[in-house]
Amino acid sequence: MPKRGLTGSRIRDRRISQGMRQVALAREAGISAAYLNLIEHNRRRIGGKLLLEISRVLEVEPSQLSEGAEVALLEKLRHAALAQSGVTVDAGRAEELAGRFPDWAHLLADQQQRLEGLERTVEALTDRLTHDPQLAASMHEVISVVTAIRSTSAILVDGGDIDVEWQARFHRNLYEDSQRLAESSQALVAFLDGTGDGETEVGLTLPQEEVEKWLQGCGYVVDALEAGGAVADVLRGAGELTGAATTESFARNYLERYRHDAGLMPLDDVIRAIGEHGISPLELAQVFECAVPVVLRRIAIALAHQGQAVGIVACDSSGTLSFRKPLDGFPLPRFGAACPLWPLFQALSRPAVPIRSVVEQSGHIARRFQTFAIAAPITVPVFDVAPVYEATMLILPDDVVDLAEDVIATPIGFSCRICPRAGCKARREPSILTDGF
Amino acid sequence: MGKRVLLIEDEPNIIEAIRYILSRDGFAVDTHSDGSTALQAIAAKAPDMVILDVMLPNKSGFEILRELRSDAATEGLPVLMLTARGQKKDREMAERFGASQFMTKPFSNSEMLESVRTLLGS
Repeated sequence: MPKRGLTGSRIRDRRISQGMRQVALAREAGISAAYLNLIEHNRRRIGGKLLLEISRVLEVEPSQLSEGAEVALLEKLRHAALAQSGVTVDAGRAEELAGRFPDWAHLLADQQQRLEGLERTVEALTDRLTHDPQLAASMHEVISVVTAIRSTSAILVDGGDIDVEWQARFHRNLYEDSQRLAESSQALVAFLDGTGDGETEVGLTLPQEEVEKWLQGCGYVVDALEAGGAVADVLRGAGELTGAATTESFARNYLERYRHDAGLMPLDDVIRAIGEHGISPLELAQVFECAVPVVLRRIAIALAHQGQAVGIVACDSSGTLSFRKPLDGFPLPRFGAACPLWPLFQALSRPAVPIRSVVEQSGHIARRFQTFAIAAPITVPVFDVAPVYEATMLILPDDVVDLAEDVIATPIGFSCRICPRAGCKARREPSILTDGF
Repeated sequence: MGKRVLLIEDEPNIIEAIRYILSRDGFAVDTHSDGSTALQAIAAKAPDMVILDVMLPNKSGFEILRELRSDAATEGLPVLMLTARGQKKDREMAERFGASQFMTKPFSNSEMLESVRTLLGS
């Protein structure tokens, strides 16, 4: 039986090893015990969201259930071997390493994962330190207050004859400034404090980020809206989106668009259409008679629903990212500008022209992605008034779209500040990786 | 009467400290806090020099400096730029826009006093 067909058996083995009853797992995964029994006896295929859910309950990676622990470990070891630039490692001997020294193999794989997580954290923090407007304002506040304290205290200490009234005034200023400094410092620490575990981004604060975090939590699929529910009901059940007016406003706009898109392209129909036509945005646009940006968004939702890796990003006419769903190997900056070579920005220079491009990300492992991008107007046409455009880019890893080896890919990066590519004509600023801080 | 200094800065306690140390040294000190009306204040007060903070509300100190240098009446006016960022590129930007001198916060009072005396030839 093919390895994939043994997924049910692996689920059963894992469940039993954890001392969990079939009824309990079924309940946690949201399915009937009878259906789970069929799955465990390999009489029903399982994939997508249900596999993710069962993996979550069993606290195991999905690939360990679908492909077996050995395959997942070998993949991680090969990845670790390729990630080390300047060191020649025979990735083909990963199986031998795993077979002869399984504990060391697991240790190596886990450390590589941790290393990549830390690298992502460094990228996120660097991006934030350089471009975060709130952080810049906080730092300016702290330095201004410190300056006032330094000058005032120097006057009192150095001072010669100081009028009693001036002394009192300066003492009061010192007291007020020290209080402000305490508050500013606490706010700065709180702002920078985040999970920082390399798996999630650090210190989320902006409305866009709050919404993206919530979407991440629900797998980017809003079931209630797929079923035709109301945006108000979704917001009512998502307290983290209604704490601040700006967050709620951002969330409402996003969800209303989501609902509109779902009405035009129902999820089940999209999944079926992808099965028939493949991931072909222009064909799907004809099938559903929808605008390409809607199609790109719905493809992303459909693939996410099936547990497949997919990324999508949108930007306004200024190039500022307005929505981000990153994927492994294609990080999306939170602050500052992204790589100008992204097809997303090329689309802005050619409004209404769909762009299909294979890109290759910089980094230890040069991963390739298929992208589809388009810039479309978001305002109603008015004579003699230039429309406002929004660009959208769908990002698909090479294992989802099966890119041929000989396809020429456009080299791109994350953002100039931390991109190692030398001689890039689009470079906007020096890279800290090559030029230092 | 002492030379006149116009301090363009929005942090009240920094204003008070600088005003105290300069006036104690014999300088007449005027102050202004809003970047958007700084040029009008300079025209109205006609100072002998300007101490100009970079981060001002409504208009940056660099923009103000650029406009001062493009006006024949103020192109030679001594300007001491104050900034919280002491990186080389900020210093270079201040020079490019025509700052007479560049000082990072926090500064020492003696350093401030020395700069003002130097720029005013006192």
